[in-house]
Amino acid sequence: MTGTMATDVCIIGGGIAGCSAALHLAKRGISVVLLEKGRIGAQASGVNFGGVRRQGRHLAEIPLALRGRPMWDRMVDLVGEDCEFRATGHLRLARDPADMAALETYARDAGALGLDLELIGGNELRRRFPWLSEVPVGASWCPGDGQANPRVVGPAFGRAARAAGADLREGEEAATFERDGKGFRIATTSGLAITSRALVNTAGAWAGRVAGHFDEPVPIHSIAPQMVVTEPSPHVIGPVLGIVGGALYLRQIERGNVIFGGGDGLADIATTRSTVLPRNTVEVGALACRLIPHLARLNVIRVWTGIEGEMADVIPVIGPSRTTPGLFHAFGFSGHGFQLGPIVGVILAELIADGTTPSPIAPFDIGRFVG
Amino acid sequence: MSEARIVIVGAGPAGVRAAEALVNHGLAPIVIDEAPAAGGQIYRRPPAGFARPARVLYGFEAAKAQRLHAAFEALRPRLDYRPDTLAWNVSEGSLWTQRSGTIERIPFDRLILCTGAMDRVIPLPGWTLPGAFTLGGAQVALKAQGCAVGRRTVFFGTGPLLYLVAHQIAAAGATVAAVLDTSRARDSWHALAGLVAVPTTALKGAWYQLDLVLRRTPWHRGIRPLAVMGRDRVEGVRFRDANGTEREIACDAVAFGYGLKPETQLAELAGAAFAYDGAGLWLPRVDPAGRLAPNVYAAGDGCGILGADAAELAGRRAGLAVAADLGRTVPPREIAGIERRRSAIRAFRAGLEVAFPTPTELAATLPDATILCRCEGATVGALRTVANHKDAGEINQAKALCRVGMGRCQGRVCGFAACQVLAAARGVSVEAVGRLRAQAPVKPLPLAARLP
Ligand SMILES: Cc1cc2nc3c(=O)[nH]c(=O)nc-3n(C[C@H](O)[C@H](O)[C@H](O)COP(=O)(O)OP(=O)(O)OC[C@H]3O[C@@H](n4cnc5c(N)ncnc54)[C@H](O)[C@@H]3O)c2cc1C
Ligand SMILES: Cc1cc2nc3c(=O)[nH]c(=O)nc-3n(C[C@H](O)[C@H](O)[C@H](O)COP(=O)(O)OP(=O)(O)OC[C@H]3O[C@@H](n4cnc5c(N)ncnc54)[C@H](O)[C@@H]3O)c2cc1C
Repeated sequence: MTGTMATDVCIIGGGIAGCSAALHLAKRGISVVLLEKGRIGAQASGVNFGGVRRQGRHLAEIPLALRGRPMWDRMVDLVGEDCEFRATGHLRLARDPADMAALETYARDAGALGLDLELIGGNELRRRFPWLSEVPVGASWCPGDGQANPRVVGPAFGRAARAAGADLREGEEAATFERDGKGFRIATTSGLAITSRALVNTAGAWAGRVAGHFDEPVPIHSIAPQMVVTEPSPHVIGPVLGIVGGALYLRQIERGNVIFGGGDGLADIATTRSTVLPRNTVEVGALACRLIPHLARLNVIRVWTGIEGEMADVIPVIGPSRTTPGLFHAFGFSGHGFQLGPIVGVILAELIADGTTPSPIAPFDIGRFVG
Repeated sequence: MSEARIVIVGAGPAGVRAAEALVNHGLAPIVIDEAPAAGGQIYRRPPAGFARPARVLYGFEAAKAQRLHAAFEALRPRLDYRPDTLAWNVSEGSLWTQRSGTIERIPFDRLILCTGAMDRVIPLPGWTLPGAFTLGGAQVALKAQGCAVGRRTVFFGTGPLLYLVAHQIAAAGATVAAVLDTSRARDSWHALAGLVAVPTTALKGAWYQLDLVLRRTPWHRGIRPLAVMGRDRVEGVRFRDANGTEREIACDAVAFGYGLKPETQLAELAGAAFAYDGAGLWLPRVDPAGRLAPNVYAAGDGCGILGADAAELAGRRAGLAVAADLGRTVPPREIAGIERRRSAIRAFRAGLEVAFPTPTELAATLPDATILCRCEGATVGALRTVANHKDAGEINQAKALCRVGMGRCQGRVCGFAACQVLAAARGVSVEAVGRLRAQAPVKPLPLAARLP
């Protein structure tokens, strides 16, 4: 589409972070145009594992994850549907004493930040979760964590943002970025031009390019976490599973399909294509069967992957630009931005409308990569 | 020089002739097929121990079936033939297979995909009841196990297979309660110009229809199926005849289908581009020799439905293309001869499309409560809801929101009809809603399967 539109805020990227920002800005009566090069919620936000967990995160992320957690309970009010969020609990497994020691340390540190975790020994673990094999020696249990259906979350935030008055444009790739005294001028590949006072960079794995236009290079690279889904089987695995080191994450949805991930495929942001490496699928499947023996009876019906931006220090960039007033970043979630997406939109709206946020975002300052 | 590694997927008419062309040029391909014996769909062999004469199994096609089986047996010493082996992915220049729990990665220099076709299904209220089969499913039961799907079977749908399978079931001694064809008699007349291009095949089709008349089988054309009836299993079929009168016929089984659709998942994983055929199907793009992507070729019904004779020709053509691309000399005369015969068959097939048009409006008018995706139990109404209220205008997007095509078969069965339903709900062309994207594994893969 061609023509020029003026708006308060222009958002680049219609994943969960961008759509949540659009929703929360629009709710404050701020005009928003969101540009999405493909479809709303179709990249990382739409194809991820669906884990909504706080435990296991980098400690710097814990305050945001805690603040964001109640939003998942209120999805119906927020976006009109529950997005299949279930607080099933999250169980993080240890395979040897060193893993268990790591869980103990983590539980102490996270507890100090307000996230209560329960450490479970081997026997108790198998009593409570009898479908586990003898392999895990213990685990850390976070009852309030859970899971949701990623395929519906992004589109639901998108619809809610539109209903609140935001203008979301699909199939519009922001290509040129200019800034003058008054604000920004963004043009898309199809010839649409947007002028705005503020600009939000929630372009996911592509966000480094946007930042680069403002002389703000960042150490971001693309990863392609691999996913597997099996045919349905009786629903016995309640919680989401993780494992120290992250080699496997697994959940069973109410329909009975077991979804799990592990290993990395190939990601190419130039073509927006990601490729599953079959060897990883077979290896992560073997690990899943070692931990949960009854899975060996199931068939895999589909594998997939998606493109995610990972920072050199594996925590995101969230906050104002250091080069360009009016520009705000939120990207590089490094494989764990699904749970954070809704609250990140709130924080962006606070930064833009109030000029400040109650959340401690200093660790995510883009300035940390300078010098 | 070490010999080029050539892999063929499919040992049907196309795959066998591709292998033969390669062997004639001194090449020794690997041939993979998930079936226990060579022959493909049409010349499927019964399992060992079910000795029935070829004449009974294959009817008019007995001689061709025997020729193809004999050709394959003659090639066997030069082939690395792997039956019972599923090809489930193409990745990193390799074909990935699975047999009895063992996964293998086969790097290839050239890959020829001869994966054939499957039934084209349009759902109907009651189509998931026990006793309801696709035409191909009914035929497989007959060829592989020698059993008819019911005592009184109603056949409905359209296409040549409708008459062929009805004839085969009747010949096997079971009752054909009725044949209900959605195409009209006048469609056949319009098609005549194309059909005479291959007169013997046209005559066979006419014979199956005449046979119906001789057996006094109720036969209706221009019908619209309304429902498969029954509580716990099939008890009858309700349809509207050409005069608009609703009728019911009692039966204990139904077999239905609306022509075939190509099996294109491996082609997609191998990097094929797809083109819309104007009639509901997306076909992988190949050049006349079958070149599909760098080092990948395809032949037979997997590239578009042209039937077994054309599949044999296309297989040979692709085999020759691989030989030529590997530096062997292929006489142009040989290619020209194949092309002449293929173009006659294409004219005939175009005629069949006219004679048995796919009733695309059927899916679009199904009641909301009809099961559309039987793997996931998702209804026609669920798809319409996301189309109308969640702004899903593209089939993969709609699938993500309502689970249509997300189950065990990954939309191989319901994908065709789902696109029709979505297009109608959105008021756009079927082409505009796109195509369900394939991912590995192309068929369910045991989680317990391991690399050696
Ligand atoms: C396979 C996989 C599994 C994962 N599992 C989990 C998990 O279990 N739990 C968890 O918390 N996180 C998980 N993640 C990470 C999580 O999905 C992401 O961190 C999160 O979705 C990021 O959201 P986003 O909105 O920043 O990015 P995205 O959803 O990628 O959105 C960015 C959008 O920007 C658009 N865009 C980019 N450039 C432009 C441009 N120039 N113009 C217009 N539009 C543009 C893109 O098309 C894209 O839609 C996983 C990720 C993947 C890929
Ligand atoms: C169920 C059915 C019944 C039919 N009956 C008749 C009939 O009676 N008369 C008639 O004229 N036409 C019939 N046809 C059409 C006819 O089968 C085709 O025109 C013809 O067989 C095409 O030959 P082909 O070599 O292209 O494919 P096919 O004969 O279908 O051969 C394909 C082969 O590839 C194998 N294969 C496919 N995918 C994989 C994979 N991923 N891994 C391993 N192996 C794989 C299959 O097992 C099969 O043996 C039928 C089609 C179907 C689907």
